[in-house]
Amino acid sequence: MTVTLAESLGYSILGMAVVFVMLVLLMVVIFAMGKAMTQGKKRQPAAPAASEAPAAPVPAPAPDPKAGKVPARGSLGDVDLHTVDDRTAAILMAIVADKMGAPLNELRFISIKEIQ
Amino acid sequence: MGAISETLVNLWQSSGFSMLFDDWRNLIMIVLACVLLYLGIVKKFEPLLLVGIAFGMLLTNLPGGGLYHPELWDAIMDGTKTYGAVLAEGGLLDILYIGVKTSVYPCLIFLGVGAMTDFGPLLANPKSLLLGAAAQLGIYCAFILAVLLGFNGNEAASIGIIGGADGPTAIFLTSILAPHLLGAIAIAAYSYMALIPMIQPPIMRALTTEKERQIKMDQMRTVSKKERIVFPIVVVIFTVLLLPSVAPLLGMLMLGNLLRECGVTERLSDTAQNALMNIVTIMLSVSVGATTVGSRFLTASTLKIVALGLFAFCFSTVGGLLLGKLLCKLSGGKINPLIGSAGVSAVPMAARVSQVVGQKSNPTNYLLMHAMGPNVAGVIGSAVAAGFLLAIFG
Repeated sequence: MTVTLAESLGYSILGMAVVFVMLVLLMVVIFAMGKAMTQGKKRQPAAPAASEAPAAPVPAPAPDPKAGKVPARGSLGDVDLHTVDDRTAAILMAIVADKMGAPLNELRFISIKEIQ
Repeated sequence: MGAISETLVNLWQSSGFSMLFDDWRNLIMIVLACVLLYLGIVKKFEPLLLVGIAFGMLLTNLPGGGLYHPELWDAIMDGTKTYGAVLAEGGLLDILYIGVKTSVYPCLIFLGVGAMTDFGPLLANPKSLLLGAAAQLGIYCAFILAVLLGFNGNEAASIGIIGGADGPTAIFLTSILAPHLLGAIAIAAYSYMALIPMIQPPIMRALTTEKERQIKMDQMRTVSKKERIVFPIVVVIFTVLLLPSVAPLLGMLMLGNLLRECGVTERLSDTAQNALMNIVTIMLSVSVGATTVGSRFLTASTLKIVALGLFAFCFSTVGGLLLGKLLCKLSGGKINPLIGSAGVSAVPMAARVSQVVGQKSNPTNYLLMHAMGPNVAGVIGSAVAAGFLLAIFG
């Protein structure tokens, strides 16, 4: 199929527009999907919240090892500590990062629990 | 005595050595294949593909082997022969080439790519899709320039897609629109992908200020498992309904990603990422290399394709960076424009380049995960661009 310069310009503008429109629409869909899912998540813990961990992260300077889970602040969000003190948790996270050969600030720890 | 000498003469005449000098172009191609093998093995330029392509090139240009018959494929293109003729008359590489010609290999490679790709950064920051779209600029700039240089529409579209920096997409489109250019386009695409750490940084430095390169971006939000599972299903429904010609590539990409994320198909995900991917890579690379028969490859068109490919890569980088700068301005300096250059797919090489260039300006800057968003968006963007060109010229 032979194409003139003017046609090639037209196709290019149209092609770029198609790519942008498609990806912008996809972006809107992903935004909507993310919104819907995060809202669903927020609604879910409303009922059983009392028995679960407190919503706001607590620095927990010296948690009671016998207590339930305590969220501690990490470089990538919060870590739920179950019967583990801050110092032990920090040591464990450092060991995991070292063994995996990955920087600690790129790892996400969700919870640490002592198995008895 | 006479019989012995006659046998020796026959043996010599049937050997490849006697035919080697019949066409000087075969010799040049053998040297070129050795250079590419050197680049792949010693310099580690995309070795997983370049070694196979170079070896296919070597095999097809050794006279007398009969592994690949371009004239057979010409007859199939003309409609005078069918695929059945390949099985009856073709060599080993002709048979393997059926997978390229029918687009099976590029689509299976996309299945593996999908299984290996983490779309989390894209889901955490959907604006990355804009950068992935902008970085397709080079495709259309190279397309216009190719038309100016005398290529027809199908050829120009196939050359332009090199700017998408996505090997399987380039092979997919070229095998349908301009199969006679497949070898040159595949080699140009993979060579430039390997050269991204050399091509992109000067453009990145030229188009951004030191202050912009130092921008640190905020931590991305956590993406839930549910979002990761729903994403490939939504994308495939949405994109295929909008542009049906993207179905083979994006369908396989998203199937691979669903296998990875759904959590109940670990074995299939593992096969798609490793065994299947490796098998298809071997077949794809060797059969693409086989299309570089000296008499057809050593033409002025090949040189033009190599030059246009570089042009396409550069303009794709420019497109991503310019939109990155615009987003940086609009966001009040929260977006580092360097992540824009990662919009040329080339996963994860382009994202690594953004990280390296950013870290040179600010050693505490970690742009890698932010750059992965535009990087995987570029894969979707180049597949959409290929789907558009296929819809126009296919």
